[in-house]
Amino acid sequence: MEVNAEARRILAVSISKLYASRTQRGGLRLHRSLLLSMVMRSARDIYHSSRECEELCGAPPTSEEAMETGPVEQTVQLPEPLTEPRQPAASAVEPPSEEPDSGDEGSDGELAEDKENMSPTRQSRKRRGKAAAAPDFLPSKRARLEPGEERHAALPTSCRAGAGESLAALSLNRVIPAF
Amino acid sequence: MAGPGGDMQWCFSQVKGAIDDDVAEADIISTVEFNHTGELLATGDKGGRVVIFQQEIENKNQPQFRSEYNVYSTFQSHEPEFDYLKSLEIEEKINKIRWLPQKNAAQFLLSTNDKTIKLWKISERDKRPEGYNLKEEDGRYKDPNTITGLRVPVLIPMDLMVEASPRRVFANAHTYHINSISVNSDDETYLSADDLRINLWNLEITDRSFNIVDIKPANMEELTEVITAAEFHPLQCNTFVYSSSKGTIRLCDMRASALCDKHSKLFEEPEDPSNRSFFSEIISSISDVKFSHNGRYMMTRDYLSVKIWDLNMENRPVETYQVHEYLRSKLCSLYENDCIFDKFECCWNGDDSVVMTGSYNNFFRMFDRGQRRDMTLEASRENSKPMQVLKPRKVCAGGKRKKDEISVDSLDFNKKILHTAWHPQDNIIAVATTNNLYIFQDKVN
Repeated sequence: MEVNAEARRILAVSISKLYASRTQRGGLRLHRSLLLSMVMRSARDIYHSSRECEELCGAPPTSEEAMETGPVEQTVQLPEPLTEPRQPAASAVEPPSEEPDSGDEGSDGELAEDKENMSPTRQSRKRRGKAAAAPDFLPSKRARLEPGEERHAALPTSCRAGAGESLAALSLNRVIPAF
Repeated sequence: MAGPGGDMQWCFSQVKGAIDDDVAEADIISTVEFNHTGELLATGDKGGRVVIFQQEIENKNQPQFRSEYNVYSTFQSHEPEFDYLKSLEIEEKINKIRWLPQKNAAQFLLSTNDKTIKLWKISERDKRPEGYNLKEEDGRYKDPNTITGLRVPVLIPMDLMVEASPRRVFANAHTYHINSISVNSDDETYLSADDLRINLWNLEITDRSFNIVDIKPANMEELTEVITAAEFHPLQCNTFVYSSSKGTIRLCDMRASALCDKHSKLFEEPEDPSNRSFFSEIISSISDVKFSHNGRYMMTRDYLSVKIWDLNMENRPVETYQVHEYLRSKLCSLYENDCIFDKFECCWNGDDSVVMTGSYNNFFRMFDRGQRRDMTLEASRENSKPMQVLKPRKVCAGGKRKKDEISVDSLDFNKKILHTAWHPQDNIIAVATTNNLYIFQDKVN
């Protein structure tokens, strides 16, 4: 399914951009991180909704236009995911609790710590109802990391959980770090 | 584009910077700004340096005089710093330069990197004192016993020396990355904007600033938009605007309340549903906002277009100009190569009749609002013979490519023009490619 493949590709590209931005000079850019998270959320939603559609329909989906051209109206669910970023930026934008830069205010840091304690629950909530199989396009974390990066404490917990993680929990929970 | 007599023609005047194809990262130009008279042209680069060029008018009486800009002053404005608390490096790249209106012999400008704004004084010294009573010529103090008379030092001419000294440092007021500074028409205050907050400063006071806009949500997870640019109204000292990553512009009146979280006006154009795509949110993010000189309009730049807004009409712009619509079908590739995140600036000409912005392949675009005409020109070393007239360029979006047209796939996306500036009074423009500054002027000029 072309849309599915496109969504997967965009997700893979976005994740690599996210990791690259961690090491760039000047620190993480809030604006860029926000835009990346929006694209990733749309791609994730389209990816999951197209897989659900596959399962529901049980038939090969009709071929669609490439994602970036024209209106993306292949499935009924699409307008929803595209507008979804507006509200639940919440669920995807979570401060990484392990980063030393826990925020400019103490309250952010405390919030981050709570999130860490709660995170297993949050992750399982996201996993429910979504594809159980690991996204096969996602490279293993070991292969991704440069030798230097392994030493950073900045890696979020979910990454170390391995390829079995739901894609959503893996990346979007850590997109917008606490400043 | 028509001037008083016919079509305006742009000629190459000068190019500044290294000829090397191998661009040193520190030399990448990050901001360009004329001062209020146009006599001085300042550039900032990624290495934290500011270079100021001064216009030297050769002979104004000749019909086609050439105004040459030569280096006036160069100084290191910002250095790389390290935030130990967050383990983050603070880049020295100059994000913006804004000139203060001239009040005395010296010139003042504000320059900013991601975290700190500095006020620089640029002054000329062309005389020096000689003949001190108590000091030798080399500065050593004389033995008092050898002094028998009294003489007063006299000022003697010397070679012109231009000195830049930091007069104020406005630091520690921004948690996020500063994207804009704007000097108020009251000549006393200025604003600085980062992703989530805007601060109001007094030019004399460095240890405190007022926060006038704060869009940081209580829970960062609810963040949906950031501030991308801000500017004071050129005439009304109580009014300023700020643009957002969602494509909206808010106009605020500082008389209404101390914290301008509630806007006085909200400028937003409803999205065209037929253009909805995966990357709609990114391309609607506004990268620059500029008031017209007369204060009646403002211009915004998003990834594909330039929009002119009448301050009295909030629901849609009065004019929209497509900068490079042929890129709309390439957004996925532009996302992959990061070009979709490029922040283009825009500028008005002196009488607000023409607007200009940059594009890729070292192309830049001009839109004549009165004549409803647009022009694409290129800044390149190939077209840099003295007074060479620039030939308008054309991009072929699809189908049969005509002679002299360039196809979209041949465009060089590494050659981008993000920063342009227009002389406040004359038809002289400064266009920055990656590491070169081109100066063009109107042929009639």
